Parts: sequence; C-alpha cells; structure tokens
Amino acid sequence: MIDTSPALPAPAAKASLFRRLLTHPTGAASLLVLLLVAAAALLAPLLATHDPGQANLQAVLAKAGPEHWLGADSAGRDVYSRLLFSGQFSLAGALLALGVAMVLGVAGGLIAGYYGGWFDSTSSWLTGLLMALPGMVVLLAARAVLGPSMWLSMMIFGIMLSPAYFRLVYASVTAVRNELYVDAARVSGLSDARIIGRHILTVVRAPVIIQSAMILGIAIAIQAGLEFLGLGDLNIPTWGSMLNDGFVNLYKAPTLVLWPALVIGLVCVALTLLANAMRDELEQSRGPVKRRKANPADAAAVAAEAATRRGEAAVVHPEEPSGTGGEVLLKVTDLGVGYDQPDGSVKHVVNQVDLTVRRGEVHGLVGESGSGKTQTAFSILRLLPQGGRITGGSIVFDGKDLAPLSEKEMTRIRGKRIAYIPQEPMSNLDSAFTIGSQLMEPMRVCLGLSKAEARHRALALLAKVGIPNPERTFNAYPHQISGGMAQRVLIAGAVSCEPDLLIADEPTTALDVTVQAEVLDLLRELQAELNMGVILVTHNFGVVADLCDRVTVMQTGRVVETGPVRAIFEDARHPYTRQLLGAILEDTAPRGPLLSLNGVSP
Amino acid sequence: MYRFVLRRLLSGVLLLFVITTVAYLLLYAGGGDIARRIVGPTASQAQVTLKAAQLGLDRPLLVQYWDWLTHALTGNLGRSWFNGQLVTTGVTSRVSVTISLVLGATIIATIVSVVIAVWAAVRRGWVDRVVQFVGVLGFAIPGFLIALGLVSLFALNLKWFKATGYVPITTSFGGWAATVTLPIIALSIGCIAAVVQQVRGSLIDALRQDYVRTLRARGLSFNRVVYTHVLRNAGGPALAVLAVQFIGLLGGAVIVEQIFALPGLGQITVAATGQGDIPVVMGVVVATAAIVVAVNLIIDLAQGWLNPKVRLS
Repeated sequence: MIDTSPALPAPAAKASLFRRLLTHPTGAASLLVLLLVAAAALLAPLLATHDPGQANLQAVLAKAGPEHWLGADSAGRDVYSRLLFSGQFSLAGALLALGVAMVLGVAGGLIAGYYGGWFDSTSSWLTGLLMALPGMVVLLAARAVLGPSMWLSMMIFGIMLSPAYFRLVYASVTAVRNELYVDAARVSGLSDARIIGRHILTVVRAPVIIQSAMILGIAIAIQAGLEFLGLGDLNIPTWGSMLNDGFVNLYKAPTLVLWPALVIGLVCVALTLLANAMRDELEQSRGPVKRRKANPADAAAVAAEAATRRGEAAVVHPEEPSGTGGEVLLKVTDLGVGYDQPDGSVKHVVNQVDLTVRRGEVHGLVGESGSGKTQTAFSILRLLPQGGRITGGSIVFDGKDLAPLSEKEMTRIRGKRIAYIPQEPMSNLDSAFTIGSQLMEPMRVCLGLSKAEARHRALALLAKVGIPNPERTFNAYPHQISGGMAQRVLIAGAVSCEPDLLIADEPTTALDVTVQAEVLDLLRELQAELNMGVILVTHNFGVVADLCDRVTVMQTGRVVETGPVRAIFEDARHPYTRQLLGAILEDTAPRGPLLSLNGVSP
Repeated sequence: MYRFVLRRLLSGVLLLFVITTVAYLLLYAGGGDIARRIVGPTASQAQVTLKAAQLGLDRPLLVQYWDWLTHALTGNLGRSWFNGQLVTTGVTSRVSVTISLVLGATIIATIVSVVIAVWAAVRRGWVDRVVQFVGVLGFAIPGFLIALGLVSLFALNLKWFKATGYVPITTSFGGWAATVTLPIIALSIGCIAAVVQQVRGSLIDALRQDYVRTLRARGLSFNRVVYTHVLRNAGGPALAVLAVQFIGLLGGAVIVEQIFALPGLGQITVAATGQGDIPVVMGVVVATAAIVVAVNLIIDLAQGWLNPKVRLS
C-alpha cells in the first residue's frame, strides 16, 4: 500500500536536470566557472606562492611581475595568494548564510504550510518583519554590538535571507497539501513526517535548488560589501577586504581593485546564470504538454491541411429570389490564415474561405471549435493573435481591400466601420477602469466627441441596451456587475460608433440560458435599427435559426456549405452540416423554425 | 477609501513600533559590556560602573526602553556616546542626501524599466532576448562593483564627473546633479534589471488578455491600449517589486555613499558601527524603518489607485 502510493519520480528528475544542465550552453559554462573557483579556493595551500597574511615592506603596492604574479597590496602581501585564500573564507561565509537561511526557511515553510494554525500566522508575520529592513542596515547594527566576526554576520544574514525560502516552500506546500495523492497518503496511514519527506520535499526541491544559487550570489555580494566598508575581521583574507584595500589605493595602484572585483562579479554572474539555466531546463521539461493545450489551432491546422489536399469543394446553395438582396458590404475571397512556427514553416488554420455579407444581413458563421470561424472573424478585424497573419486572399469591405492596409489605416476602420462583440463578457472589460470610461474612450477617439457629449451618449446607449440604472452602471467597475450586464455593456460599446458591420463572436455562449434570449433579441433590434451587416459566429444552429438570414458552415478551416438559412435547414447537403443540425434536433421537438431553442418558453 | 488609507496607516505605525522595539532590545541587551567597551579594556571596574551610570545603562532594560520611547515620541533620539551630538540632528542633516539618492534611483529605475519592458514585451524576438540577458547581468553584478567601475571609468579616467563630494540641491542644482549622477546610476542598474523582469512578464500576460483585442476592435490604437490599459494592469505587480527594490536600495546606498564620499545616512552608520555608538545606530534604524514604512504606504495607496478591487474591497 505504502509502496504503491504515487510518489514523484524524484531521483530520475534530479539526475536528468543535472545532465541537461551540461548541455545547456550558459548552464555548463557557469557550472565550469563555479567549479574552477571552488577548486582554486580548496587547493589554495597548494596553488599559492606566498603566505596570504605575510606583510612585506619591500613589496608595498608592487606591480605584477615574476615575484608577485598579480602584484602586491598596500601591506606588500601577494595579491594572487590572497585571492586564493580569500576564496575559502568568502565562499565559506556565503555557504554559512545559505545554510542558515535554508534550514530556517525550508523548515519554517514546511511546518507553516503543512500544519497552518498559529505557527503559520506568526511566521508569516515574522517574514514580513524581516523583509521590512535592508539587510545591510541590520548587519551594520549587529556589527555595532557583536563586533567584527564574519561568521556571526553571515549567520545573521542567513536569518535575514530565510524569508526567500520560507515563501517559496510555503507556497508550494499549501498548493500540494490538499492534492489527492497527499490525501491518499494520509488516509493510507503514513505519518506526517513521511508525507512531508516523500511527497512535499520532492515538489519543493527543484525550486529550492534554484533559489539557492540566487541566494548564494546575494550572500557573496553582501559579505563582500560588508568587508569592503572596512567593518570585517581584519585577520582573515576575503575578497571584500581586498576590494577595500584596492579602493583605498585606487589612485596609486588601480589594478588592485580589479582582481577581487572580477572574481566577485564572475561568481555572482555565474550563480545567477546557473539559476536561470536550471529554471529554463525545468520549464522546458514541463513546457510542451502545456503549450499543446494552450494552442487550439493545432488540431485544426492538421485537419485543414488534409482537407486541402483532398481538394473538397463547398456546397453552395442558390440565392432565394425573395431573399435579402442588398448591396454587398463585405466580400472575403480565398482567405488564408496561418501561424508562423519557430522552425520557419507556416501552420495554416484557414484555407480558401469565401464569405459574402450584405448590408442589413445577419450572416451565421457556424462550426465546431477549431473549425476556423473565429480565426476568419479576427482576420476581418485584422486582430489575429500574435504570430498569426493573413497568408492569402482578399477582404473587400465597402469597396476597399482590408488585407494589405497598414495598422494605422485599419485603426480608423475598427470601431467606426467594423465593430466586434466578444464571447466572454467579463474578461473583455478592463477591470481597472469604470464601465463609463471604457465606453467613452473609443467614442472620444473615433468620433471626436467632447467628454460631456461622450458621457451623454454613453448613458443613452446603456439605457438603450436595457440596463435598468444607466447612471449606476456607468460609474461601476466591471467586477461590480453581472455577466449579462457586462455583455450588454460590450454590445453598447460595439454599436456606440454606429458601425456598418458587426462581428459577434459567440455573443451568448458564456451567458445563462435566460439571459441568452434577451441578448439575442437586443442584437436583432439593434441590427434592424442601424441596418448593420452582422457576422454571427456560433456553433449553435438554434441561434442561427433565430437570427440569421444566411449561413456559412466551416469545418477544419474551410467552408463546406453556404446559402440562405432556409435552404440549409431544409436541404443540408454536406454530411458535416447534417451532423451539426442533427445534434440540435435530436433532443428538441421539431416545431417549425426552431425558435424555442434558446430557452424562451413559448 | 478613507478606511483603506487609515488601515494602511495604522499597520505602518505598528510595524514601525515593532521594528524599533525589537531593535532597541537587541542593541541594548549588552548592558554592562557596552560601558566596558566605551571606556576601554584598561579602565577600572569603578570607571565602567560610573560610565554605565552616566549613560543610564545601569537601569533595567525595559526602564531604559520606556525612557527612550517617550523621548523618541517627542523627536529626541538621545545623544551620541562619542561626540555628544544630538542623534536627531545628526540623522536629519544626512537623511536628505540618502533620500535624494534613493528616490532619484527609484524614479530613474521606474521610467527606464517601463520603457525597456514595453519595448521587450511588445517587440519580443531578439529584442526581448537581449533585454533578458542584459537584465540577468545587471541583476547579478553587485551594485557596489558597478559603482567602483563607474568611479574608475568616468571620474578617474575620463574625468567627466567629480569622484567624490556632495553639493546640496538647495545650493546649486547643477552641482548637485554632477555629484549624484554616478551614484544614482550605480544604484539604479540592479533595480532596473529586477523591475524590467517583472514588468515585462506582467505586460506579456496583460497583452494576452481579451480586453486588449476588444479595445482595439473599438478603434483604439495599439499604443494607446498598451500605455493606458495594459500598463495600468501590469502596474500592480511592478509596484510590489519596486517596494522590495526600494528597501534594497536603502542598503545599497550605504556602500555607494562610502564610495562616492557622500555625507548621507550610510556614512554615519558606518562610523557609528565602527565605534559601537549605539544611540546613533538606533537613530539610523528608526530613520530607515520610518522611510520604509512611508514608502510602503505610498505604494499601497498607488496600488489602490491602480486596482479598484484593492480599494473597494
């Protein structure tokens, strides 16, 4: 039972992280530098040419030469030898601070995170207190009463650094404490100590190692700083005290300061680069899984390319003689959308799409997620996500091709001529600004209204989209209103500049069923009033039946069927269209034009 | 809003009280040893006792503390044990130098980091990679090494700036600028590296938000959306980092003041530390804690302004 509990593959991960570091260019280089410095410090008695503490009046500030390879300091001590022996003390001091910080921080974080309670609140409060004062000031104050011991100073600095570990471990522990596998281990009778050792330490180990590299760098820097101020123990050689001697004699012997500065800088940079390299490698090992999930265009692209190869043609239903025959507002021809890949190839997500929208017409763009309907909508707005671009075809809007327009020209068309209603109401409002200011800003920019005019108009719009108390909503922040209200606000924003074409991307999907019908009614009203052309992106044929004049069905980035809505409903030819239609008809009473699908009871 | 400010103010005062209390008790716990250190190892026991009595060190620690606290509340932090100068005078005459350094570095760091972070987050590609790499170096190299480099390059070799000394801003702005430019640069580089990293990250997150697309779809230019909406949303985490960095800057200023021979808090701290002049050290702790508390309060208020959820909850 105990042995089968799901532990993380800990030793393997550790070994492979180390192995991967060796192939990481900056990681391997940093590791090499650090190993060399550590080896030089350890082998100082063998490598040194002089006693590091032996003063020699003849050699005061001697230049580099055969006797003193790197010169001698103000007391005539050999710089090269001092550099080696200083490494011992500087590194040992930094390691002492690291050890104290790690023991206190990791243990405190584990206990506070795992058990919670009074220890949790007390230690969180203490870490806040420790982080409130600069480490250097605390060290100086401590030095004033405790005297110039480097070891004492570094122990105190270790305490000052412990919050870095505490916070890290605490956050990780509280995150995994209630995971199922920890619960399972608890139920199976494992002691707390074993659970912490087995399940929780494995989770925090990697971040703790990374943090340690950073903290070691900070400890070396602060230790050198303290010695540099001349407040350290004069009896032991350290890089910081060498720096101090060099600084005092900066005019007479400028290179004295160079050597310790170089070593300190090199070690600190190597430690930081090593931490970054470890983080890179850890993220990479988790990366691909995450990235695959985050990119829904992937599957579509593969299928789309397959369809293109098959060369299937779309089913086009003839126009109805009595149908809306208004002037053509938007004509998309042979549109292609692709995403540039890191390897230089292009992933095509929309292929050879044709789409015609007339003035005053509601055109449904239907398909399952990943069918390319939203990508098509975004390319008409020229607002494709980063990396996406139009790879071919034209988007003629009111006689002008949008595809080649500059960003500046396109900015003038957006909002005023082509508007957009998003799917998810809450995330599409900026939570830092009031509803009113978000409504007014585009109107003032696009229409050049004064603040008072914009305010007046915004309030009128809010009333028009059915918001009961426009004044209050105007002054509210997004988190203070409901999702349905937020969608009404977004619709008000979209029609605020009276556009000719409105692109609505699943405008009701994120809403409650009862609100959906109201929002669709509102859209219909506004469309009729402003005589807009509307592209209604949806996966719901019920919405199509309710609102649309014409419909285009997309699958895997291509148009499979298009025509007047009645023709599609009565005589769907393409199997995919039938499948979509079938999906909604199965559980609904076949009652004429499917009006009741949106939850409106007859 | 008033309640929000009041709550922050109270917690700031509490923090100040706790820090100074803990610091006092730790610094003065030595008792008799302190008097011994002042009069020297060769002095007789009678001299030590006399000195302790003179300085009030023979009283119980809590009595000493109460005495110190009641005086501190009236602005009197006692006298230096070595030169008899009022601690309050010594600290206040120097605090302006340190504040002008640290505040200057904070302002420069904020402006420069925002510009660089926007550049990296919007352009991505090689610009982003260069910024990231230089950022790591700037973060890794200790500030005082940068200060040493700046002194030897610009002040000693090129002689563009004076290596040392300080001219108060009230005497001559040009003179002040010439003396604080190098120290401020030295202090701000590490701070810039840290803040850029944070702002870049939160900008990239904020740029992915849906409202960015929606606002652009309503006819706002990309730059307008970035500078008014995205930056404001990325500002919260950036301010949090800035608060941490500010504390680091106060520590860094101690060394930088020493390198450039600026008569700031760092200078009296180092001098008082070397002598064991506890009242002065205590004064510096009070001043530093007060600055930190004040800056945290300002940053909390700025957070409330940036993020209505903080202010309204």
